[in-house]
Amino acid sequence: MIDYDKVLSDKIKKMKPSGIRKFFDIAGTMEGVISLGVGEPDFSTPWVIRKAAIQVLERKHIVYGPNKGLAPLRTEISRKIEKKHGISYDPDNELIVTVGGSEAIDLALRGIIDPGDEVLVVEPCFVCYAPLVELAGGVAIPVPTRIENSFKLTVEDFADKVTERTKMIIMPFPNNPTGAIMTRKDLEPIADFLRDTNIMVLSDEIYSELTYGRKHFSIIELDGMRERTIYVNGFSKAYAMTGWRLGYAAAPEPILSQIAKIHQYGIMCSPYISQNAAVEALTSCDAEVAKMVDEYNVRRRYLVSEFNRLGLTCFNPEGAFYVFPCIKSTGLSSDEFCERLLYEEKVAAVPGSAFGASGEGYIRISYAYSLKHLMEAMGRIEKFLKKLEAERNEG
Amino acid sequence: MKNEIIRILQQNARISNTALGEMLGIAPEAAAAEIKKLEDEGVIRGYSVILDDDKYDKSTVYATIELKITPHRDSGFDDIAKIIMMYDEVESVSLMSSGAYDLAVEVKGSNLKDVAFFVSERLSTIEGVLSTSTHFILKKYKEKGIFIDGEEPDERGLG
Repeated sequence: MIDYDKVLSDKIKKMKPSGIRKFFDIAGTMEGVISLGVGEPDFSTPWVIRKAAIQVLERKHIVYGPNKGLAPLRTEISRKIEKKHGISYDPDNELIVTVGGSEAIDLALRGIIDPGDEVLVVEPCFVCYAPLVELAGGVAIPVPTRIENSFKLTVEDFADKVTERTKMIIMPFPNNPTGAIMTRKDLEPIADFLRDTNIMVLSDEIYSELTYGRKHFSIIELDGMRERTIYVNGFSKAYAMTGWRLGYAAAPEPILSQIAKIHQYGIMCSPYISQNAAVEALTSCDAEVAKMVDEYNVRRRYLVSEFNRLGLTCFNPEGAFYVFPCIKSTGLSSDEFCERLLYEEKVAAVPGSAFGASGEGYIRISYAYSLKHLMEAMGRIEKFLKKLEAERNEG
Repeated sequence: MKNEIIRILQQNARISNTALGEMLGIAPEAAAAEIKKLEDEGVIRGYSVILDDDKYDKSTVYATIELKITPHRDSGFDDIAKIIMMYDEVESVSLMSSGAYDLAVEVKGSNLKDVAFFVSERLSTIEGVLSTSTHFILKKYKEKGIFIDGEEPDERGLG
């Protein structure tokens, strides 16, 4: 009999499965669970985008397409970045269309890392960075951010973690799971620190359209940062296009031409139908995006006030679609809190610890759900917290 | 603010002032005052309930009736519409831009016969009504933005 343990790579065997997944596997086996867990919009992809895809199916020959993505799409992406940030990328040599932002992250990491290289991973953050760093042979060095700084990154957070092996810092803002954003003022000292180094920035700006109260600012706008940044974005969150699997990376030509090879051999090209439809997203969906942002904003305000009212201190997030309330006052770990909340009140949330050690003591609540759904969930959470309080008083 | 309040109330008019205030970032009293203002201005005309009649009362019958009308010389369609809307059986009256007919009237009755008689005895006999065409509603899937039947299960992933 074949010994799979001998067959499989050690690197893969050591890799931990996503901490988000665990609770949803349990939730999936229970009746009547109300989830606050998913990280994708509840809205449907705007109809004009879907219609564009249908037209492609009806009229076109569905082919591979160019490795780096369809030319009209790269042109529109370039225009979009220029309009948003005043920074231009050559559509032919500095942009690549990828299978979601996730692939763009993977390309960036594999293109930069040699065995033993260190990558600073700003935490709490989405679960994919550290495993992908390790898969590429690198060492992920966690850089925790703190609630005292509104989960923003400061130079003090990472300066003493920089070594001669540091190749890159991953900056995921607006942040999943905290909802923190970085303003020009927050980014300037970081740019000052990085400007004279050989450290690249991987700026994952997948939530850049979803900010509340102020426009998103990108590190590429600061002097000298375009040349040392791999900019990652995508269609999933802004246009409610998660299932279309489409993202992109922008970087200076010497970087992009190299990382494009990984895509060329591993993926060949991004989905043709999605790419055609995405042109429509970039050219005619600004109003649809604004409508979704308005709706998210109402939910965000509701959840922040509710959690604070219930005694769970909740930092006011300015981006993405998550709130990250602190549950330390309950005396439970975030894992215990989520497990009991699921079993006792049938509400699924994600423990903060799934997003790095610095997420311990917090839970991630997604507001990519209707108000009706959120209100029902908050009712159950209130009941759960009252029960916990009663337990503490008895004990 | 006005648009946000209306959007929220359209999803759930029974929301508490506290929750509404939280969503708008204002105090509960201020939220209540905003609603009062919209009511006083006549922007908000009332609140209703959306039922699944299959669960509540299976025998209830709804119909949409298309009316062709000769408009009155002075008042256009308004006078006839005002007569029609006085009947309790009438749920809604709308003036249409269609060339095929002028008024769309939604009627509710306790059975098929009631509705048919209402149309033939009450609506057809109004002066100025040229013809009627009755369409019975077999099933409502969605009403005022609320799903009554056919809500899709949430199949989202975890991203």
